[in-house]
Amino acid sequence: MQNNNNTVLRRTGAVLALAATLAAAGDALAIDSTPDMGKFLATGGVSEVDGAGGGGITPWALITGYGTRDSWGANAHYTYLKTQDYSLGSYGVAVGIADRVELSLAQQQFEGSAAPLNHLNIKQDIIGVKVRVAGDAVYEQDSPMPQLAVGVQYKRNKGVGGLGALGVTNVTQLGARDDHGYDYYVSATKILFEQSLLLNGTLRATKANQMGILGFGGDKGDDVRIMPEASAAYLINRKLALGAEYRNQPHNLGADANARGYYDVFLAYFPTKNVSLTAAYANLGQITIFNTRNQSGWYLSLQTGF
Amino acid sequence: MMTLTKITALILLSGAALAAPVASAQTPYTDDTVYQGLGGKDGIKHIVDTFIPMVLADPRIKDSFADFDMQQLAVRLGEQFCEFSGGPCKYTGKYRDKTMDGVGTVRDMATVHQDLKITNAQFNALAEDLQIAMERNNVPSSVSNKLIAKLAPMQRAIVTK
Repeated sequence: MQNNNNTVLRRTGAVLALAATLAAAGDALAIDSTPDMGKFLATGGVSEVDGAGGGGITPWALITGYGTRDSWGANAHYTYLKTQDYSLGSYGVAVGIADRVELSLAQQQFEGSAAPLNHLNIKQDIIGVKVRVAGDAVYEQDSPMPQLAVGVQYKRNKGVGGLGALGVTNVTQLGARDDHGYDYYVSATKILFEQSLLLNGTLRATKANQMGILGFGGDKGDDVRIMPEASAAYLINRKLALGAEYRNQPHNLGADANARGYYDVFLAYFPTKNVSLTAAYANLGQITIFNTRNQSGWYLSLQTGF
Repeated sequence: MMTLTKITALILLSGAALAAPVASAQTPYTDDTVYQGLGGKDGIKHIVDTFIPMVLADPRIKDSFADFDMQQLAVRLGEQFCEFSGGPCKYTGKYRDKTMDGVGTVRDMATVHQDLKITNAQFNALAEDLQIAMERNNVPSSVSNKLIAKLAPMQRAIVTK
């Protein structure tokens, strides 16, 4: 109970800090307090599994929500991915200010469903900041210049549940060097209206094993590695985008079996500026040496906001 | 009479000079695939006829058009869509202010918008209305996006806030 209260207090503190930051940023950028919902449909992207505005598994240079440079926008998301033997849930909120700065909070919950990991439960909190530094993905159709953004995600793994019988309660006991870490990334996003395409490339400097679910660094190395991520989507019409994504990751942890990239194909539907729904089929590869079966499955994400 | 001609010429020239950097940013398609995709001259007329009432009914932007001669605007838009899509038209790029006697100031894309304090949200609303107008006239999305690609860079001349 005390623990729960502390968690609630910490979260309230985080939300208040975020609100204060937003108010300060709003003043600094002299934006309207009323959301204008002025961006083109779909150009805030959906919510990436780490909470940032982007595709499903990689952040884009687009700022989340529908606020233009004169306003702001925000959204909440819930994402659920189920593979043969695991599931990953992610929920969070994100705010886009003046189409320039994006702040995001997300929590991931990773669970096992097959013995011996059928009680496995790992949670992770992620705080993200992204800043658009150059370009405009939408207007600059007469130039190859993409929209560029830089971002950082602070991830804190909240411990391992369900392996108590083995005495394992923290990812460091699985070989990870740390239970928290920073990902730094740069993203370039371009919408090519002439070709009805959205292209994104991201480089992420990271030590994270399985996005941080299995901690950061490990017995095989503790160096920050620069990993590529990419998305390409065909804009079927104003409301539908069909695409594919790729996200590579480092291999620092022995227990992190044959860590390879993630892949997905997705269909994102934007019926209005208040809701988006993304369905994807994702391939995560093998996840741990404790279960070498290749993991793939459906990914569903609901995003609501303005 | 001479003076009037000279003044007109001056206005036209300065207008052309102002418009030049904007116009050079977008070059029309060199073949007429997009023009045909829009339905040619008739198709473009239908699109504009759908588009104008949408704009005038759109609470986000209708006030910006309060003092506009919508008939003239419809003609200019038709010319512009036709030229950008590779059709056999020439966009004159000149808009004459609405006056009682019909002899208003001749303006180009930038000067016509400079006092309107147009925002990105309004520019996007207009573009969205155009996309919907094209949808309603059964223009394939791949074609309407090609037209949007030519119009989007105008944001630099139109958005003045």
